[in-house]
Formats: sequence, C-alpha cells, structure tokens
Amino acid sequence: MNRVPLEGKVLNENARVAAELRERFREHRVLVVNLISSPGSGKTTLLEKTLESFSAAERVSVLTGDLQTENDANRLKRYGFPVKQITTGGTCHLDARMIEKHIADWDLDKLDLLIVENVGNLVCPSSYDLGEAAKIVLLSVTEGEDKPLKYPSIFFKSELMVLTKTDLLPYVPFDAALAIENARRVHAEMEVVRVSCLTGHGMQDWLNWLEQRKHAFLAGLPETVA
Amino acid sequence: MHEMGIANSILDGVAKELRQRPGSRAVKVGVRIGELAGVDPDALSFAFEALTLDTPLAGLVLDVEYRAPRSRCRDCSREFEVRNFELLCPGCGGVNAECISGDEMEFAYLEVEEDEPCAAGRKSSE
Ligand SMILES: Nc1nc2c(ncn2[C@@H]2O[C@H](COP(=O)(O)OP(=O)(O)OP(=O)(O)O)[C@@H](O)[C@H]2O)c(=O)[nH]1
Ligand SMILES: [Mg+2]
Ligand SMILES: [Zn+2]
Repeated sequence: MNRVPLEGKVLNENARVAAELRERFREHRVLVVNLISSPGSGKTTLLEKTLESFSAAERVSVLTGDLQTENDANRLKRYGFPVKQITTGGTCHLDARMIEKHIADWDLDKLDLLIVENVGNLVCPSSYDLGEAAKIVLLSVTEGEDKPLKYPSIFFKSELMVLTKTDLLPYVPFDAALAIENARRVHAEMEVVRVSCLTGHGMQDWLNWLEQRKHAFLAGLPETVA
Repeated sequence: MHEMGIANSILDGVAKELRQRPGSRAVKVGVRIGELAGVDPDALSFAFEALTLDTPLAGLVLDVEYRAPRSRCRDCSREFEVRNFELLCPGCGGVNAECISGDEMEFAYLEVEEDEPCAAGRKSSE
C-alpha cells in the first residue's frame, strides 16, 4: 500500500471558472453580488423593490436561479432592465459554469452591477463560488434567530445579512438582536441591514449599502491605464 | 443535495491521479472538510457510495477529516479551535475573536495498491 499526497480544492473545476469570471468582472468593472437565502425569504421581492427604485439610466442586470419555472424572471423583467432566468432543473445551487453560460451574450462594459439571485437554499449555494465580489445572505424574521448557528456556512461567507420582512416583527417572537449576535458569532465582521419590502422601511439602508459596496469595489481595482 | 456534486468532484480527482499511475488501484481517498463548508457528512458518504457502486472504483473508501473552525483572538492574537461558536478566548478570556478558517474542502491523500505487476512493469524493474 502506498499513500500519495493529493493537492487542491475538491471543487477545483468550479473554482477555476469562478476565478476566470471574477477576473472578467474586475476587468469590466462590474460589481457582482450573490443573494442567498432559504426559499421564500424574500430575494425576488427585494430585487423588485430595488429595480423599481433605480432610474432607467442604472446599468444593472439580474440573473435569477430556480429549480423550475421562469416566474422570478417574469416578475423582475417588468422594470426594463436585462433579466435572465437560470433554470437548474433540479440542481439545488448555481455554479460558475451556469453564470458563464448565461452572461455570454451580455456586454459587460454596459454594466456596473450584476445581481445574482441564487436558488432558494441556505446550504448548497454557499459551496459554489460564482466569481462574485460579495455574497449576501437574507434571513426573514419568520425563520428563527438560531439559523446563523444551524447553517453557519453561508453566514461565514457573507459580507452582509439582510434581515427581511421586518414588518412582521410585531407578530412573531423573533429576537432581532439575538439573530444579529448569532450571525456575528459565525462572522464577526458581518454587516446588517433590516428591510421590509412591504412598508419600504430600511430600503434606503440597503440601497446605500449597495452604492457603497460599488465604490469600495471600484476603489479596489487597479487604475485603468489610459 | 449538493453532496452528489462534491462526491463527483472527489472521484474526478481520484481518476485524474490514477491516470498518472497506470497499474495502480485506488483503495482510499482522504479529504479535509471544514465544518463551515456546508457539507453533510452522511449525505456525502451516501453520494460517494452511490456513485462508485458497480464501477471500477467500487469499494473505494472515503476518509473525511471534518475540521472544526479556528478563530483568532483580536485582543491577544491567540488562535484556537471553535466549538459551538463559543468565541471565548482560552488565552485571555475575551470574546473578541474572529473565525479565520473552517470552510475548506480539499484533497488530502490517495492510497493506491499496485496491481499484479504486469510484464512491462517487471521488465523495467529488472
Ligand atoms: N410581510 C412581508 N412579506 C414579504 C416581504 N418580502 C417578501 N414577502 C413575501 O414572501 C414571499 C416570498 O417572497 P419571494 O420574494 O418570492 O422569496 P424568494 O426568496 O425570492 O423565494 P425563492 O426564489 O422561491 O427562494 C412572498 O409571498 C412575498 O410577498 C416583506 O418584506 N414583508
Ligand atoms: Mg425568488
Ligand atoms: Zn485572547
């Protein structure tokens, strides 16, 4: 018997494609964010409100992933920005290849922001790098404040936690402060915004976060050579 | 069940290594997976068995080393293993620590057995 060392990441093929994508996004100066949550936490609703708030001049596009149906894309297309549905046909997460394939005919120079809505699932999407600059996790107030500890992986990897459906706080026993504390146990630097898409409360905080993240992303790029 | 995809990638890694070692048979493959990688151990074993069944790799053992996350104390710089996300620093007793690892998913080793030495192999060793 002979034991030989093996090196590299298990998902090295995905990592390779994701690294290529990340390089392309940097080159074309497109901020890419990857929205992840359980099914129904409010990803598409947050995107609807976000697109609604943008002026027509905003250079934004959306990729939305689901197991089945084009429903989410149809909801999002109403706002006039480029939107594509990625139907995974059973796969519980998006991977870097799917992103590569679906942006193939988009001119990245015409974009400043690409928002990816991942398949509703709090576990699997966290393992697949899509070449994004930031992962964002959504947690709705009806899910329980223990979720960051039960599903630590996605909280560990996300820069921002969006606490959604805060309009329901009066009706559910949900300790927002504890949820945030739990998230920060897993990820000390976690940023948090609280949003209700129903009342619009906190929407501006979310939009500000996006705007600041865009600036931070551009500031982190090497100066373009004239 | 993204463990199917992960098991598949592990098998790809094994196949790739075996191509470099003609005449060898894989017996056991070792991987290191952090508890923050979002991988379910049972689901992974199940997927791995299902994928190898009735293939030339049937019987290949998957050895997973699950690793607890590690934190670093921001007050005294001590690094320590985290259990249940208790961030209490064993060095200074502070609670100002940050997780620094735990989401890894890497290959570790492959155990191979030489097949019955073939004619070509014997010749070259003479
Ligand atoms: N009360 C309340 N309901 C909300 C809010 N945001 C979303 N919802 C409701 O939550 C449900 C699910 O919202 P979606 O936006 O479809 O959730 P999703 O995360 O995109 O779901 P999947 O894509 O299927 O994973 C819908 O019925 C929404 O109307 C909110 O801020 N407050
Ligand atoms: Mg949706
Ligand atoms: Zn300390």
